[in-house]
Amino acid sequence: MKDKPMIKTIKGIAAPLPLANVDTDVIMPKRFLITISREGLADGTFADLRFDAAGQKRQEFILNKTPWTQATILVVGDNFGCGSSREHAVWGMRQLKIDACIGTGFAGIFYDNARKNGLALPVVSPEVRDLLLQFLDNQSGAEISINLERRMIAAGESSVPFEMDDATRIALIRGRDDTLDTLSYASAIREFETGLDEKMRISVIK
Amino acid sequence: MTRTLYDKLVDNHKVCDLPDGDMLIYVDFHIMNEYTSPQAFSGMESKGLKVWRPEAHLAVVDHVNATRSVEAPDAQSKLLIDNLEKNCTKHQIAFYGLGDPRQGIEHVIVPEQGLVAPGMLIACGDSHTTTYGAFGALGFGIGTSEVEHVLATQTLRYKRMKTMRVTVEGTTAPGVMAKDIIMKVVQVVGAGGANGFAVEFAGSAIVGLDMAGRMTVCNMAVELGARAALIAADETTEAALTGYPHSGQFAFSGEDWVSDSGAIFDKEVTVSGADIEPLITWGTSPDQSVPITANVPSALDYVSPKAKAALERALQYMGLTEGQAAQSIKIDTAFIGSCTNSRIEDLREAAKILEGRQVAEGVEAIVVPGSAMTRLKAESEGLRTIFETAGFEWRPEAGCSMCLAMNDDIAMEGERVASSTNRNFEGRQGRGARTHLMSPAMVAAAAVCGHLADIRDFE
Repeated sequence: MKDKPMIKTIKGIAAPLPLANVDTDVIMPKRFLITISREGLADGTFADLRFDAAGQKRQEFILNKTPWTQATILVVGDNFGCGSSREHAVWGMRQLKIDACIGTGFAGIFYDNARKNGLALPVVSPEVRDLLLQFLDNQSGAEISINLERRMIAAGESSVPFEMDDATRIALIRGRDDTLDTLSYASAIREFETGLDEKMRISVIK
Repeated sequence: MTRTLYDKLVDNHKVCDLPDGDMLIYVDFHIMNEYTSPQAFSGMESKGLKVWRPEAHLAVVDHVNATRSVEAPDAQSKLLIDNLEKNCTKHQIAFYGLGDPRQGIEHVIVPEQGLVAPGMLIACGDSHTTTYGAFGALGFGIGTSEVEHVLATQTLRYKRMKTMRVTVEGTTAPGVMAKDIIMKVVQVVGAGGANGFAVEFAGSAIVGLDMAGRMTVCNMAVELGARAALIAADETTEAALTGYPHSGQFAFSGEDWVSDSGAIFDKEVTVSGADIEPLITWGTSPDQSVPITANVPSALDYVSPKAKAALERALQYMGLTEGQAAQSIKIDTAFIGSCTNSRIEDLREAAKILEGRQVAEGVEAIVVPGSAMTRLKAESEGLRTIFETAGFEWRPEAGCSMCLAMNDDIAMEGERVASSTNRNFEGRQGRGARTHLMSPAMVAAAAVCGHLADIRDFE
């Protein structure tokens, strides 16, 4: 399996989604989880925010409104992605064509899941986030550009820095498969195992 | 140099540093369930990879299975269950399926099988894997891509986190449970307050807890954003390491699995144990809680427009009014179960409230023991009789059930549940369902009264 082409800049229409503590149950409700596939999750993404009980689109929800139906970037509230470890939440967001979420902080498992699936999560200060929300309020359907190499966000005339750890940034830019890359360290793993005491080698009774 | 317990655990599992700034850490033991593992197996197979060390994994069915009977609730759920068994057979992995006397909720059965010891590193595709910190082990939740990574390499790519110590000092009052302690900590630190941190719990109120209580505390630490939670190993831990099928097979020597005295934490938080009261959540985030004697907040309690808006949204979803007394909240359903609170100790506490009392008319009350072993033990102690006499439905099979409603235990739109679980998110227990988190004894009290109630009134 070959690495994917490098992605250095993410650019697109940005939608404000300022709710705090948007959890992975809200991003991907459990009724969409009864599956053995990664596919077919776009409709489930934010399902209860996007659709009412009768399955009708909630017109007031940002991603149902033009031009944000085309949004590929979200500017989100604090602690986005908290709760369950379900990677289905990230798979669904990617299938909904979301490339990045800009926020003040993300739950740890969600952050790692995002990296594995090419979803960029630039972290900014609360002040910068509020500035971006203000920018999106003033200019409906404005685009935002995220430069992963320089760790800068461009929104209109402003340019602001964001945080992203190196390993995540490199994994996103290279589109690297972590599992295959790790296997290039197989000898180091074997060496570590050789050093383990017999009582440190778990063997589960079948 | 002094080190924290967390740093010792990471140091002892580090395989090597990677050029991008991550490290590889070794996973001693990996647990899987039927809903976050299928795509990991298929991903691994599509890359032509094999399981690195099959004996270091355990798979168990717990999320989607019905607990009313040993059957799957529907064909699609059965597909997930059968798929896990098929994957385990193919890759020679231990599988505890439905009907197996060892089956139950992941984080309940692992200690029952003696599969956790101080100094161990445990990963699982479930956020509540923080539970194992109760044993001085490093446990944390991972996503499906990471499940694939562990299967194929027995390692994870890892970044060392910052450390936070939460000290709960002082004696808690009668009626205050481990659940109340952790709910208080979530309230103080906030739902995302520990993002990026490994949290160590310390102080006399923590040390005084039994293992079940410590597991409840570490389990729910993920609700404050902690990717890992730890409690130093001590005599209580040591005493809990014997008498189970795997006991004595594993030992991680070479370190004292405690933080060195004088070890520096990046952040310190102190909570007074004596000031903690039995708590209930009123909102849709686990940090939105008040003492059972208090009222639901009102807009006057908040300054920022953002906080006022969040309050309004939560109250609207929950169908509550500002300033309403907590004890005036009437319930439709009482649920005792989940990896947070379905252990034998939890069932005993709830049974104390229920003995000689009746569930209020119109309340549906359900108890799902955390594992087949827990159920049998509870039945042998006479707890089943107490629950059933009081009017609770005693479920014959173990699983997560209504905690996340992936099986057929789904709360209806507007249905209000007093729940011994860990998340009160919108839609968690069913679309439009309203969850109030509390200790299992408080759930029992609410079931008896028909509204949220104070167990301290039950003497």
